[in-house]
Amino acid sequence: MTAALRIEGLKLDFYGVHVLRGVDLVVPEGSFTGLIGPNGAGKSTLFNAVSGLYRPKGGKVSLGVAETTGQPPEKLVAAGLVRSFQLARGFPKLSVFQHLMLYGADQPGENLLAGLFGSQAAKRREEALAERAHMVARRLRLDHVLDNAVTALSGGQKKLVEIGRALMADPKVLLLDEPMAGVNPTLADQIAEHLTALNRDGLTICLIEHDMALIKRLCHPVIVMAEGQTLMQGTFDEVASDLRVQEAYLGRRH
Amino acid sequence: MLSYLIFTLTLCGIYALLALSLNLIWGGVGLVNLGLAGFFAVGAYASAITTGAGAPVIIGWGAALVVGAAVGLIVTFATLRLRDDYLAIVTLGFAEVIRLVALNERWLTNGSDGLSGIKAPLKAELGLQGFSLFYLGLVTLVVLVVWALLSRLDLSPYGRAMKAIREDQQLASFAGKRVLRFKLQAFAVSAAIAALSGALYAHFQSYVSPDHFQPLITIYIFLAVTAGGVGRPSGAVFGAYLVVIFLEATRFATEWVPGLQPVQIAAMREMMIGLALILVLHLKPQGIMPERIPKAPEPAAP
Repeated sequence: MTAALRIEGLKLDFYGVHVLRGVDLVVPEGSFTGLIGPNGAGKSTLFNAVSGLYRPKGGKVSLGVAETTGQPPEKLVAAGLVRSFQLARGFPKLSVFQHLMLYGADQPGENLLAGLFGSQAAKRREEALAERAHMVARRLRLDHVLDNAVTALSGGQKKLVEIGRALMADPKVLLLDEPMAGVNPTLADQIAEHLTALNRDGLTICLIEHDMALIKRLCHPVIVMAEGQTLMQGTFDEVASDLRVQEAYLGRRH
Repeated sequence: MLSYLIFTLTLCGIYALLALSLNLIWGGVGLVNLGLAGFFAVGAYASAITTGAGAPVIIGWGAALVVGAAVGLIVTFATLRLRDDYLAIVTLGFAEVIRLVALNERWLTNGSDGLSGIKAPLKAELGLQGFSLFYLGLVTLVVLVVWALLSRLDLSPYGRAMKAIREDQQLASFAGKRVLRFKLQAFAVSAAIAALSGALYAHFQSYVSPDHFQPLITIYIFLAVTAGGVGRPSGAVFGAYLVVIFLEATRFATEWVPGLQPVQIAAMREMMIGLALILVLHLKPQGIMPERIPKAPEPAAP
């Protein structure tokens, strides 16, 4: 089993409050890994420290064989690590289509001179990306809202845009922070199906989620975090029957 | 009257360039640059000094572009960590520093006496009227070229990335964009355009002094871009022509009001400008030519 993402002894504190106290975990290549844990366990902070939003205070993050600890987001995206946010974020004045196109990598048109004077390479790349954007939009059933500003979308559609634009970046590893939270059950099922299909096509996914039924259906392995550390890792059934996990969620028995 | 009209239209073009410059940096990557008058002054003095030393006018304009871009880069590096209000304050300070340098470094700028006798290209050959017309054509041509280039940029992938940075620079970095590179480039190009505008102004007036570069110019340009539509080069150009023509028109409108002292007339003009801005923003909050979201191209048949 090779690791798509390896985290060793990752530490992070905010003004002395230790949020990550040495997290060790491995997301195996091609896996659909679930990351669970009670609120405040440090799951989102872990994503933030891995994806370049925060600089970890200690420990090591490796993407494949390359160490990427503390690299800025744009470098990590170029290396294939793409993330979504728990609260769907977007650029208010850009359309859904522009969001998708923006995440397309290797656009030579993002060079100042190419932008000012035009370039054939940029035009060709733009056409290729547009085709891909249409494909992603069809897949996520966003094709009828492509020209809408993201602010005009429903909460569920915003979540779909989060996933769609992450896919446009051609990730190797996708970190998803509660992509189904606040989404109606039918749409959540659809998102789950899309993710499973993507995973089958070879995409490594690491998913934070609180819906245990979903985790059970989608994820293997399941990693449990509590109080800034990894508690255990295993199949859903192993994790669910573990006493430490139950205590972390429900409190200790007296 | 004709020469007054030509003068006004030339001034329109010079303001339009400033508005394009501001729109690139403010409507593009979202940096509030209140130092526009400073870059304007840098360009004017750069060209006046180089041509004063004997260089041809075209070299002077080239120098304005280069010095403007360089100063733009310095200001961006100095303000990397500042955003919004703080950036605005520092850039406002920058413009004042430029003005004070121009006022005090007499060996370079001749202080408050200003630099006079700045070369007017082809003036001897064309005569006064001919020169004014030629210069109007030249300035208008420069406006058209810069407007065309920036409009193309606006719709390019580069423009898309800039606007993403304007909306949320952190999220843009998670889209893989190198935010700093975009900001530096946009600021440098924007500063160069403002400087070019200054150079055109210097050779048009054939005289510059620190008094010409008051912060009020920056405010007028903000007015122009806001009224025209932030984030759209056509809007900026339109807004600039509108503001200059409106400013000049108030000159005549106030003549019709009887019994006013000159001071009151000046105040009345300011009031009319304020009223016009309020009206525009009330009726068209996004400006007269609002930013457009480009439509997605039709998908190829599946």
